Amino acid sequence: MYVAVKGGERAIEASWRLLDQARRGDTRVPELSVAQIREQMRLAVARVMTEGSVYDEELAALAIKQAAGDLVEAIFLLRAYRTTLPRFGYTLPVETEQMAVQRRISATFKDVPGGQVLGATYDYTQRLLDFALLAQGNDDSDIESNALPHPHRSAPGEAEPMPRVVTLLDKEGLIEQETPSSEAAEPGDLSREPLAFPADRTVRLQNLARGDEGFLLAMGYATQRGYAHSHPFAGEIRFGSVSVEMVLDELGEAVEIGEIELTECQMINQFAGSKDVPPAFTQGYGLAFGHAERKAMAMALVDRALRAEELGETLASPTQDIEFMLSHSDNVEASGFVQHLKLPHYVDFQAELELVRRLRAQHERGDMPTGEAA
Amino acid sequence: MNAPDTFDTMLVSHETQAAEGYNFAYLDEQTKRMIRRALLKAVAVPGYQVPFASREMPLPYGWGTGGIQVTAAIIGANDTLKVIDQGSDDTTNAVNIRRFFARTTGVATTRRTSEATIVQTRHRIPETPLDEKQILVYQVPMPEPLYRLEPRVAECRKLHALADYGLISVKLYEDIVQHGSIATTYDYPVTVNGRYLASPSPIPKFDNPKLHMNAALQLFGAGRERRIYAIPPYTPVKSLDFDDHPFEVQRWEHACALCGSRESFLDEMIVDDAGKRMFVCSDSDYCHERRINQDHQENRENAPTRPAGEHA
Repeated sequence: MYVAVKGGERAIEASWRLLDQARRGDTRVPELSVAQIREQMRLAVARVMTEGSVYDEELAALAIKQAAGDLVEAIFLLRAYRTTLPRFGYTLPVETEQMAVQRRISATFKDVPGGQVLGATYDYTQRLLDFALLAQGNDDSDIESNALPHPHRSAPGEAEPMPRVVTLLDKEGLIEQETPSSEAAEPGDLSREPLAFPADRTVRLQNLARGDEGFLLAMGYATQRGYAHSHPFAGEIRFGSVSVEMVLDELGEAVEIGEIELTECQMINQFAGSKDVPPAFTQGYGLAFGHAERKAMAMALVDRALRAEELGETLASPTQDIEFMLSHSDNVEASGFVQHLKLPHYVDFQAELELVRRLRAQHERGDMPTGEAA
Repeated sequence: MNAPDTFDTMLVSHETQAAEGYNFAYLDEQTKRMIRRALLKAVAVPGYQVPFASREMPLPYGWGTGGIQVTAAIIGANDTLKVIDQGSDDTTNAVNIRRFFARTTGVATTRRTSEATIVQTRHRIPETPLDEKQILVYQVPMPEPLYRLEPRVAECRKLHALADYGLISVKLYEDIVQHGSIATTYDYPVTVNGRYLASPSPIPKFDNPKLHMNAALQLFGAGRERRIYAIPPYTPVKSLDFDDHPFEVQRWEHACALCGSRESFLDEMIVDDAGKRMFVCSDSDYCHERRINQDHQENRENAPTRPAGEHA
């Protein structure tokens, strides 16, 4: 009997119902609220916002809930929503020097103006499972009574500006200047124009900011292990909030429309110099929404590796190959194409079957071409 | 196909209303305009891959987002849409895409090739010839016919600009030397209008002759790779070959087990644990129509005793 794929309609509807059940799990356990995800899974929310390219904690939390914690699926949900939103305009560049810093460290100087601020970090936890968290209905009074004041949690703009570490090197001319040149073109917009090669740095940074954290982590790691001539120092990593300003046509001036949390990383790399340029330090740059240090650092490593061509370095590794890196960094694209192999391919497979059978039959008869055929 | 046909009546109940909160055919009008511009350029330069600002769609990349965006840009309220995957209207992805358009446009959908004004397809060209009023939209995974030989897109664009297609001829030659024949069975490269090398999308090479001088407009959308290209109606399309190794299509020793066709592309199915095989038309509408016609013929012969065909 012929019982091939049939009744797709009903199967899909049944699959939706099963998915709802699977997402909810055991109904005797209270349902997770979007507010809980937003407050208690802030790092997942940050990743979904960054790679989903939408700064909206509530929608990111909703996507995480709907995706049952599959962050790549949540990123896809958010992107598919984002694509339907109208574009009102562009904000002014955010000024991260004016950031209300919650955490700021430099690995290049023991002390820096503004100081080292450790903030909330997993870095110096001892990675012992905290079984106290297993207990239901934890008493939060401990957390509340032990709460530290937030000396740096002043509103952005009100805080003292905290100069970037790299500006200290600027004074000696030891590091390349990163100021926009007057003839620089407007930055491209990857969500409105197709990625084209050669891709300039604005486009590369946009691509990396949306890029998959795992991909960037592995590629950044590879640059440290010799796949790219990279000698990085973490010049500065800062996390905090900045205000976002936009020029409104009706008012004719910039107004603050809100604030967002950002993680920024500036890597300092050696550069041997060339016959025109003396040896100096160069930068790799990373930026992500929310608290996302791993992402920002990996992005900065990859950004620096992708500058090999403009700096006249030898191209010896895929991590320096702009087209290779930018074409494969996006997890919405990658996940879709890898998983499309689940779709039926039986027409193509039938065509291949026919070929392999024919070639095998020829092989058995011994009438394979001898090499000087055709 | 041969299952009881309650499907179409089910569709009417919940698929005829456009989804609330979204524009007709999901995409906003600005985006449609951008895609239409790319389509016009593609039609003007047959076979040339036009970059376009592909959008994230609510279906995953690699699952037909290019074809969906092309269809969304051209579909109107009076269109009738048919969606097939592997030749069949019933595969889950075809059902899903058809339902997507039914929800977001409310247009009529059909499984009959001859009734459709737009046919969106993955991996097949319908067996029933298309006419000048129809548009065939292909879902394309890899629009670049040279990508296995040269993965760098920037480099491939140069080769196209210079019409430097030596690489692919060498590849086909090497196939002949190693295997005695060209070992490409699907996504078989073609030259469009004597100029651009193009991928026909992963259709079996059996379908390649239907690309040539087709009366319908053929549009190709690659969402993930952000490319659109086209074969306008009545455009010459040549499958690559050599004078002494002319292009050939697959042949079967079997006929379709359901309709008896010896002219259509057949899917092979394993029907029991002993590995028994059965061959059936991959184009489900073609097979269905043939069986209706056969029923009608029989009915005419035995008119008083037999009921009408089940699908009539």
